[in-house]
Amino acid sequence: MMTLHKLWWIGLAFLLGACQRETQVQKSNREQILLVGNSSEPKALDLQLVTSVVENKVLSSLFEGLVADHPTSDTEMMPGVAEKWEHNQDFTRWVFHLRQNAKWSDGEALTAHDFAFAYHRMLHPEFPSPYCEMLYFIKNAKEYKLGEVKEFGDVGVKVIDDFTLELTMKEPVPYLPGVTRHFTWFPVPKHAVLSYGKMTEQFTPWTAVGNLVCNGPFVLKSWQLNDHIEVSKNPQYWDAANVKLNGIRFLPVENAYTEARAFLAGQLHTTYRIPVDMIPYMQQNHPEYLKMEPYIGSQFLRINITRPGLSDVRVRKALSMAIDSEAICKTIQRGYEPAKSFSPKLGDFSPEPVLTFDPEKARALLAEAGYPAGKGFPRYSILISGGGGRNLSEAIQAMWKEHLGIVVDIRTMDFASYIDTQNKLDYDISSAGWVGDYIDPTTFLLMWTKGNGNNNTGWHSEEYERLLSEAAHSADPAQRMRVFEKAEKLLMDERPILPFAWQARNYLHHPSVKGWHPLLLDNHPWKDISLEETD
Amino acid sequence: MFQKLFHRLLQGIVVLIVLFTITFFLCRALPGGPFVSEKALPEHVKALMMERDGYNKPVYEQYFMRLGNLMRGDAGLSTRLSGRPVNDVIAQSFPVSFQLGCISMLLALVVGIPAGVIAAWKKNMSIDFIVMTLAMLGLCLPSFVVGPILAEMVGRRWKLLPAMGWEPTNVITWLLPMVTLGMVYAAYLARLTRSGMLDVLSQDFVRTARAKGVPMHRILIKHCLRGGLVPAAAYLGPAFAGIISGSLVIELVFQIPGLGRHFVKAIETNDVNVIMGIVLLYGGLVVLGNILSDFLILWLNPRARAQS
Repeated sequence: MMTLHKLWWIGLAFLLGACQRETQVQKSNREQILLVGNSSEPKALDLQLVTSVVENKVLSSLFEGLVADHPTSDTEMMPGVAEKWEHNQDFTRWVFHLRQNAKWSDGEALTAHDFAFAYHRMLHPEFPSPYCEMLYFIKNAKEYKLGEVKEFGDVGVKVIDDFTLELTMKEPVPYLPGVTRHFTWFPVPKHAVLSYGKMTEQFTPWTAVGNLVCNGPFVLKSWQLNDHIEVSKNPQYWDAANVKLNGIRFLPVENAYTEARAFLAGQLHTTYRIPVDMIPYMQQNHPEYLKMEPYIGSQFLRINITRPGLSDVRVRKALSMAIDSEAICKTIQRGYEPAKSFSPKLGDFSPEPVLTFDPEKARALLAEAGYPAGKGFPRYSILISGGGGRNLSEAIQAMWKEHLGIVVDIRTMDFASYIDTQNKLDYDISSAGWVGDYIDPTTFLLMWTKGNGNNNTGWHSEEYERLLSEAAHSADPAQRMRVFEKAEKLLMDERPILPFAWQARNYLHHPSVKGWHPLLLDNHPWKDISLEETD
Repeated sequence: MFQKLFHRLLQGIVVLIVLFTITFFLCRALPGGPFVSEKALPEHVKALMMERDGYNKPVYEQYFMRLGNLMRGDAGLSTRLSGRPVNDVIAQSFPVSFQLGCISMLLALVVGIPAGVIAAWKKNMSIDFIVMTLAMLGLCLPSFVVGPILAEMVGRRWKLLPAMGWEPTNVITWLLPMVTLGMVYAAYLARLTRSGMLDVLSQDFVRTARAKGVPMHRILIKHCLRGGLVPAAAYLGPAFAGIISGSLVIELVFQIPGLGRHFVKAIETNDVNVIMGIVLLYGGLVVLGNILSDFLILWLNPRARAQS
């Protein structure tokens, strides 16, 4: 019996001991290690084999491009590897002057050749880089990728000397510095990549822990699949003296509730998102942790305009006007803003607000199209992916029933089938979202051109494409924006998509993190972030 | 004995080949293909990827190619993870699932079997009632309910244990997942052990032993336990394979880097090589678990030995 007694006491002491431990956040604040919830496992750490936000978070700590992100502004540019840059009058030729003290993490000098190598590899016809289109601004880039141009020398990338890089665009690109902040434009260590295999070989061990050579504020320290990626300060970084953190730990927490729980238990500094149904709880109990910030993304319904009924623009407008986006943003997509057009406002680009909730007009339009009170309207379905978005499509289903008398079904598919079905135009209406990559309307508008892999509506317009091309060839930035606004208006007049909300980033964030500001692109430069010790 | 083992292994190999074939063709039948992404891939890039992973070959050629590679121990490359070898994925994640499975099974055995023995011994008394009610509860409460409740209460509110995370050498991080996963198996084992023990306890030799004045704990442990464990032992083999492969929910709730998450992600993204690799691994475990449990029964039960 004595032993049992002792065991109890030991157990109790153990639990109390555990209880009094400092939280991981407190410990990390002391050690200056930022704990970041990062949603899911990155596909790879090879800059040129990945596409998504999850990889971007990690890669932007390891690498740095010509131009760097600004801690408080989306539109202001900070010098990165390039100290300064200039362009010709019509924005088709850009010269970047690289800093001479930029180094790779193994001490090798970083030169313009590394950038040229990166762009060569990305555009090589034998290298399956999924995001090569981000470089198609460059003259002959697409042609080289497709094998139409045989020599890389004909592509608009020229190394003038070790520290001068000249880029020739196929058309005026006044926003190029902003685009080069994207990881697809980052340099790749030529010497390191080639020491593990050929240029076009994929998944050689060059990105493994211990091998990865990078040029950003941090270097790769450890990587356990589905558990964590940890980076630590890079002493070779040109601006290492101004890097405040000692390291960052990225945790691929897939389950949003697990992530929120871990945050509240003091295991994370910042989460990737927060479940919508937890927002009211957080607003009431922990408003100091909750962040709801505008994000460069749009939520919409895609319409297959080859379907009878849906091919009529009046029907599409009626469907659009019967969606009460205010209500959706208040109850389901909390923090989101009711969309007034497809693209959100981006810098000088401000699209005309055309979308309204007007059930009466919607009914009139539907009647005019031959479906008074929804009579005779074919029974269509809204396609959604996985479990997400079910309540959203149910809300829209109810709104259409109430305001238009139309009955639609909801069709759920796994993600791969959802995408495949849309590619094949084998759907009626689908629920979708789009996140921009950079601050320029092209990131939203180019996808609605004929044959674009992300269009999938069956819609295209010669006038729309003419406007985009006019804007593309315009060297006057202000004029360019006005043309894009026209194109956006045309898209909304035709309404092959029914936008209803502009996205927000809803997440939890610990007040001990300093130097983190709301940004539309959500790219917080890691080197400016620091941690304050808390009790 | 060896002949039997040899037979069972041979059967196992046939089962695995059938499993491979069925999974291979089911994966083929999945809509979407492995190169689907949120932002559409340029056509020529997709073609390069198809070529890289051998998707442009005739189906029968792919079948034999993959079968041949697997026999050589090469599960191919993961498309979702941009060409990372599947062997590497399994090598990183399987030890975690295995460790979690083992400690949960250990918990299930340590809790379940004594609980079953006590319930059988005190049949129809209040302790039997309590143990069986708890066991029933354990069976009925799914891990996706128990896990989040434990994480919320113990992890977040009382801050006694971490709400998520896994460190292979840190016992503190094992406790909540272990309890969540092991509980169901403990409950099942308790019920099986109880019924097995009751069978044995009702036999004549037990009455004789009691009449001769052998103390009850000796009867239970020395004379009855071995026979009473036969139903539980038959269950242990498949359960062991199940506990290692079936921890997906727990991996998600507690953020554990095990194999289950790769499995589900692979199915979602049509990552055929990962699906095949993991299905075969789980299949192999089930085969192995069953063989082990057959031999455990042979060891426990002399009559079964005589029959074979």
